[in-house]
Amino acid sequence: MKEFLTIDGIEIPIEGERNILELARKAGIDIPSFCYHSELSIYGACRLCMVDIEGRGLVTSCSTIPENGMMIRSNTKELREIRKTILELLLANHDKNCTTCGKNQNCRLQELSRRFGIDEIEFKQTDMAHEKDRSSLALVRDPNKCILCGDCIRFCDEIQSVGALGFANRGADVIVTPAFGKDIADVDCVNCGQCARVCPVGAITVKNDSEDVWADIDDPKKTVVAQIAPAIRVALGEYFGMKPGTVTTGQIVAALKQLGFDQVYDTSFTADLTIIEETTEFLERVKTGGPFPMFTSCCPGWVKFAEQYFPKLLGNISSCKSPQQMFGSLAKEMLPALLDVKKEDVSLVSVMPCTAKKFEAGRPEFSTDGMRDVDHVITTQELGHMIEQSGMDFKALKPAALDLPLGFKTGAGVIFGNSGGVTEAVLRFASEKVTGKKLENVDFKEARGEEGIRELTVDLNGTKIRMAVVYGLGNARKVCEDAKNGKCDYHFVEVMACPGGCIGGAGQPATFNWETIRKRGQSLYEVDKTLQLHKSQDNPYVQEAYKNILGEVGGHKAHELLHTGYQNRKRISDEGLSIFSGSADNKVEVGVCVGTNCYVKGSQTILTEVLKYIESRGLQEFVEAKAAFCFEKCSGAPVARVGEKIISECTLRDVIDSLEEELAKRGLKASV
Amino acid sequence: MGAEDLKKIKQAYLDTAARIKKRIIICAGTGCVANGSLEIYDHILRSLKSNGVEAVVELDKDEHDSDAVQLSHSGCQGFCQMGPLVAIEPDGILYVKVKESDAEQIVTDTIRDHKVIERLLYVDPANGQRCKGPAEIPFYKRQHRFSLQLCGHVDPENINEYIYHDGYAAAAKAYAEMSPENVCEEILKSGLRGRGGGGFPTGKKWQFALKEKNEKKYIICNGDEGDPGAFMDRSIMEGNPHAVIEGMMIAARAIGADEGYVYVRTEYPFAVKRMIKACEDAEKMGILGDDVFGSGLSMRINVMEGAGAFVCGEETALMASIEGMRGMPTPKPPFPAQKGLFGKPTIINNVETLATVPLIINMGAPEYKKMGTSTSPGTKTFALTGHVSNTGLIEVPLGTTLREIVYNIGGGVLDAKGQITGDGFKSVQIGGPSGGCLTEEHLDMPLDFDSLKEIGAMVGSGGLVVMNKDTCIVQVARFFMQFTQNESCGKCIPCREGTKQMLALLDDIIEGRGTLETLDRLEKLGHVIMKASLCGLGKTAPNPVLSTLKYFRAEYEAHVTQKKCPAGQCKALARPEIDPLKCKGCTLCARACPVGAISGEVRKPHSIDPDKCIKCGACAAACKFGAIKGV
Repeated sequence: MKEFLTIDGIEIPIEGERNILELARKAGIDIPSFCYHSELSIYGACRLCMVDIEGRGLVTSCSTIPENGMMIRSNTKELREIRKTILELLLANHDKNCTTCGKNQNCRLQELSRRFGIDEIEFKQTDMAHEKDRSSLALVRDPNKCILCGDCIRFCDEIQSVGALGFANRGADVIVTPAFGKDIADVDCVNCGQCARVCPVGAITVKNDSEDVWADIDDPKKTVVAQIAPAIRVALGEYFGMKPGTVTTGQIVAALKQLGFDQVYDTSFTADLTIIEETTEFLERVKTGGPFPMFTSCCPGWVKFAEQYFPKLLGNISSCKSPQQMFGSLAKEMLPALLDVKKEDVSLVSVMPCTAKKFEAGRPEFSTDGMRDVDHVITTQELGHMIEQSGMDFKALKPAALDLPLGFKTGAGVIFGNSGGVTEAVLRFASEKVTGKKLENVDFKEARGEEGIRELTVDLNGTKIRMAVVYGLGNARKVCEDAKNGKCDYHFVEVMACPGGCIGGAGQPATFNWETIRKRGQSLYEVDKTLQLHKSQDNPYVQEAYKNILGEVGGHKAHELLHTGYQNRKRISDEGLSIFSGSADNKVEVGVCVGTNCYVKGSQTILTEVLKYIESRGLQEFVEAKAAFCFEKCSGAPVARVGEKIISECTLRDVIDSLEEELAKRGLKASV
Repeated sequence: MGAEDLKKIKQAYLDTAARIKKRIIICAGTGCVANGSLEIYDHILRSLKSNGVEAVVELDKDEHDSDAVQLSHSGCQGFCQMGPLVAIEPDGILYVKVKESDAEQIVTDTIRDHKVIERLLYVDPANGQRCKGPAEIPFYKRQHRFSLQLCGHVDPENINEYIYHDGYAAAAKAYAEMSPENVCEEILKSGLRGRGGGGFPTGKKWQFALKEKNEKKYIICNGDEGDPGAFMDRSIMEGNPHAVIEGMMIAARAIGADEGYVYVRTEYPFAVKRMIKACEDAEKMGILGDDVFGSGLSMRINVMEGAGAFVCGEETALMASIEGMRGMPTPKPPFPAQKGLFGKPTIINNVETLATVPLIINMGAPEYKKMGTSTSPGTKTFALTGHVSNTGLIEVPLGTTLREIVYNIGGGVLDAKGQITGDGFKSVQIGGPSGGCLTEEHLDMPLDFDSLKEIGAMVGSGGLVVMNKDTCIVQVARFFMQFTQNESCGKCIPCREGTKQMLALLDDIIEGRGTLETLDRLEKLGHVIMKASLCGLGKTAPNPVLSTLKYFRAEYEAHVTQKKCPAGQCKALARPEIDPLKCKGCTLCARACPVGAISGEVRKPHSIDPDKCIKCGACAAACKFGAIKGV
């Protein structure tokens, strides 16, 4: 029998909704809330979604399960009064400089204040004393804007299993902060930016790099080239009020050209290249027996995640650079000759659906001769903003064509933007490669889907290949734990950090509607269908690149330009606790490890004695002495570092001798 | 371990105890320990030895001669203000405010020569008479110490003493003779209501958890007592920890749990230590562990130290804390009885509730119901503090009037100089930050769960703060609001932001910026916080303000309309004036004034320039004629 409940006189069928809020929204009643997200746990903190249930009184609709026959009122005088008071209380504790806020006109607090007609705040304004955290390459945190709904914390913890943010303090002092009040760049944040997506206000925003792009455009010496990621072409339209999933590749190219870009290329080109390198690497592993599973490496959020939590699996990650960074290396190698400009005058701008790409482009290994391979990364939203600024009518733009050769791609390179796209593209190459026969049906629909972990088994010329497609780092953690414990029989695992893959990236126009993400994904598969070519190996310009520049697939030059390595980030990145900080310019750094192993082997005593030695000789000014964390040489404990020299199995004498040596080099005598 | 074994232990103890002539019990509750009772214990032990009296410290082990004296610690004896307390049994003597230097005389005069030391006896301030012991001291005489009956008598660290007083008999009965349904029913019939605040029927709560089908269930003892001035639960945990354990065992039997947690705040070091020892002893003796009293069922108890966040007294926050997470409440439902600790059905009871349970099982529900009122049966402990002659831990049947507590047990209201005064009573704050203020008109109202709720207060965990007429009620409200503001977990907006704004509004009133509109705002905001907050902390946070606004509105209005604090406590509102009739023109005040606000000719009345005056009160302190008012 069908069950119903009544909200504001409207009878609504109950169809498995988990709570009254969901049910009401289904019925078109937008009960206000800040802290409810269907993908996150019920939090019940904002209290805006309270409703009045007959016989039960006021309850939060987000935490109440619908029951047959409930009589609910969602809009009474009492509820309006509560909601207005809550909004006023929030506003009294909010930095209300809306015009200069990154979320201006895109802010839930602003929207609700307008909806509830808040025209005066009768409460005292709280002092806004927190400093902005601008440490990250991807994100900016402004605690003065924070309404403490905890959405960012729960997303980071529950979906991504990272937990880079948490609550600290009690009462009025509560803040959202990385551990120990550190900057966000100094903790485990993987820069996925989903916190910024779910943040209803401007407390976490994506770092805006568009000014740097304008500067290069305005610089007459610079040749500014763009690479556009697959996922942005199906999402930028939303920024201008177009339907989700509208494909606007041609308008994007036209807009970029009108903004002043000299060349507009497609990251899908290097996605094709990635497929060839990565599949070759994979097939090699199949031949030689591992290591399995091989993880994909195109998602920088995932790569940092693995570096932090699964350093033992770093060897399992494909050594291929991501398409963005392959594009960076290749473009900086090819374009000077092709466009007849100096390398340093090429400014390469990525337009990405992703915030972690900003971090990725800044990784030191992705700079050559002191120059970044990818100079600037802007998100879909930032591009939208630049277009808006220029005054263009995006919807009316006449589509333009991408430039060749780096603007040419196959459908395989486009579906990269979807979760499962890399896997499907790999299969399109691998099956032809192992069978030697032309692949007629290129669709591997079993790789497509919306589940966070999907499994598929493929027969590659008689070899059964077990593959998994994963999005969300919490899901990735499950697979990694299994892999670490030898409980994983996959050969290949595709990982994307964001919901649905890059199409759900935090640089895209923010959405809380899965339908929007679904539409974007469908459109990418449509784009694949409309292109002439569907297999990366068929891309003639990729073939040409191998012939002219890269040499053999997986060969020396290809390796130099297209592959990379990973670093273990499990250790505390801080350099240690400074005890004497030394003011002299040529001071000597001395660090004694106080990690567990070294501590057990007596490093504490060595440190204490070294400090005494420094003090007794009045050397505090010339020495920076630290209790250091692990040097990753635990078998040689105790370990100390003096200047650049790392001393294993050190004694007090060793440390002091080396210190004296270093001091002597600087013309300082230690002895009194 | 079975009921027979318990009887054997009891008999053995009785046999040994029979040979003891005298017993010295030194209070080792937190208050007395802070005042040096443990040192007194050492001194008495030494004096006993030097006087050749055999001192028995561990009764069950020592062989001893016929005039040996047993020396033991006890938990809180209740009369904290008079501590350190030393009781001599069976003579019924209670020495108060004992010092180390009194040890020798106690041994020589009282133990050896059987003489009462007059100067160490309590003097009833009402009539100046010395009282020999609890039977004569009004503070004790008019109480009904039921849950606390063993606190202050038994050694909390000696399980045998508890067993001697029929300890664990109720648990044995519950496990061996009663079904879970029976246990729930018995407690339901007794009408026992949760002593932690809300007063929810304990038996009903248990039935909810019993209904849940789950292999794993938990019972939690909530010892996160955090109200300012409340120490009932601490005293029970310190004074009779085994009663808490036994109560938890019976609760576990009732709902089908096999594991329990005692959540004690870490600021209660003795409670923590004694609860841990009691659990260990009970396990060693086979009372806790597997096959409890031959039932085939297991029961184990862990002691968990809380980090002292007030909000962790809230059930869901407490469980989050045990699970290792930040102590923040979560929305109910799901109720802990359905989905509690580690997602399993869980019952959380207050310390006093649990300590009462074994007594009910032993005496039966009908007998228990004879105490208290029909809807609030039994007794309730209160921590009586403030401007009252006798402060300490008391226990009275529910339904006792406030007058009985303040004037008879408490010995009357004190004025600013600490003297008992006949008409000094202003208010009683009950229930801490969640409770409200009662006035003179409530003095004859029976104190029980329902009548208090009706007037906007609550029993809470049982703090009773008596206030005299020199207390500014706005400042009292502000004190509690500051407390909740600091202790709010910061999760929900009404509580976090609302209490902050209420505090700011109270500051406005106290500092002279308030208007009548401020009072309306306070009231309006208070109601929103009550209705919209996530947990009990927020829902009850406005009570101290709303109840005082209701009963002391005139005092609030005086602050905002006349800019006057009737109690003379709000400095910003003080307007010092010199009474020209009393002023002799001696110039002392003018010389004492640090800002030169006082002027006048010698031997003529002086005056204060209000624009210069900083209201420091130096003039009033200097004046020998009491001519300066309003400071």
